[in-house]
Amino acid sequence: MGKKKVALKVDDVSIRFNLSKEKVDNLKELIIKKLKGEKIRFNEFWALKNVSFTLNKGDRLGILGLNGAGKSTLLKVIAGVYKPTSGTITRHGHIAPMIELGAGFDPNYTGRENIFLYGSVLGFSREFLESKYDEILEFSELGDFIDVPIKNYSSGMKARLGFSIATIVEPEILILDEVLSVGDAKFRKKCEAKMKGMFDHGVTVLFVSHSIKQVERLCNRGILLEHGQLIADGPIDEVISLYKEKTGVDDND
Amino acid sequence: MKKYIESFMRYRFLLMELIKKGIKLKYRRSYLGLIWTLLEPLLTMLVLTAVFGSLFANHSETKYPSSLFPIYILCGRLLYSCFSSASKIGMKSVRSNQAMIKKVYVPKYLYPLSSVIYNYVIFLLSLIILAIVGIILGIPITWHSFEAIIPIIVLFVMCIASAMFLSTVCVFFRDIEYLWDVILMLIMYCSAIFYHVENMHNETVKFVIQLNPLYCIIENFRYVVILGKSIITDPQELWMLGYSAAFSFIALAIGVIVFKKNQDKFILHI
Repeated sequence: MGKKKVALKVDDVSIRFNLSKEKVDNLKELIIKKLKGEKIRFNEFWALKNVSFTLNKGDRLGILGLNGAGKSTLLKVIAGVYKPTSGTITRHGHIAPMIELGAGFDPNYTGRENIFLYGSVLGFSREFLESKYDEILEFSELGDFIDVPIKNYSSGMKARLGFSIATIVEPEILILDEVLSVGDAKFRKKCEAKMKGMFDHGVTVLFVSHSIKQVERLCNRGILLEHGQLIADGPIDEVISLYKEKTGVDDND
Repeated sequence: MKKYIESFMRYRFLLMELIKKGIKLKYRRSYLGLIWTLLEPLLTMLVLTAVFGSLFANHSETKYPSSLFPIYILCGRLLYSCFSSASKIGMKSVRSNQAMIKKVYVPKYLYPLSSVIYNYVIFLLSLIILAIVGIILGIPITWHSFEAIIPIIVLFVMCIASAMFLSTVCVFFRDIEYLWDVILMLIMYCSAIFYHVENMHNETVKFVIQLNPLYCIIENFRYVVILGKSIITDPQELWMLGYSAAFSFIALAIGVIVFKKNQDKFILHI
């Protein structure tokens, strides 16, 4: 192996949410509270606390942790949806965030129109999408449904379209949040095959899934989060066995 | 600065798509489609002309000929409804796109900006009806008619300013929607859409109306369209132009600053 190149550097990232006890989201309540002399109390909640790690190009990172440990928050910070309260994130290369496939789809738009809409959300140009249009249509296997408004699609069809658009360019960094659990078995296989192809080209992957088997199969490195803190970082088998120890689940899960 | 331009260039296709989406979806479910942008102002013009041109008619002389009263109303109504719909949809733009904001990174100013632009494009299309009615009623068309572009640009700046500011406030205080409806009604009555300010006898009311920048924009526009004269050579019109332009650009600066300061907090509140 040659010299390793850094693909992603997460440096001391923390995120604080203010969970207010009673949510004040209108002027009326705010004025009433002010008049009554009540203070609006906030519960501080650290979704992530001092998380640091560095990914080299080609690393495939599995992120483990119980519900609410901060896995999805971490992915969203890396994708740029949340801004960290403190700390920095350095990304090198194009990121394909597949946090929720089809975020940015409009239900009233047809599949065809959504290709251009979602494609431009991901930062692709219209000319580029036009040139890749047939490829997207073929991979998504939607056929004539492409001219039907997306609100009539099944969730599997939506996911297929989303996946086909998001993977049209080979990204340097791929963020996957439970997306492989959608679609039928046949399409899932096709997705995994496409993903494997990307792995061979050395794409950097961040992967969140509750299926330990899938994580084991796809990843070579793992981190474990607990209450927003990074408590383990190492080869995937070690992290998985630690995770199993902590949660008390066995191999069959 | 360079960073902003780069990011804008990267997302210009998305801006185009969002604008297209707004226009397409607005009329998708109606049978007449885009024809409505022309029909709707025409019909309101007829109603308002009937009511305020005959029922509540005031026959004192103004600088605008009474034969062109339908045009007078149409100008006021078109410009006012451009502002009211752009500011309303702009206000809701961040909240109505919350599903997207929560899942992918996109520069957030694109939401209010695209809503204003798509409303503005619909407004520009609706000017066709003004041209048609104008030609039928015989408005003077001179070289000065091109000056009509100036108040329209000022109107655009004011729409963006209000959308940036209101969309930010609306994330934190939802009831601003209802409040804004009331304020818009006030703005409408202070915009002299169906009456002549010259006919008013109360000097205080006159003064207040002239402080309304939207009224100044509408007045500038009417002066050019109905009289075919220049707004730059007339001192009073020039003053109104200067005032409304200054107001709009200062409002834009405030709107942008407020939006920029708060945009990272949006996601925690929607």
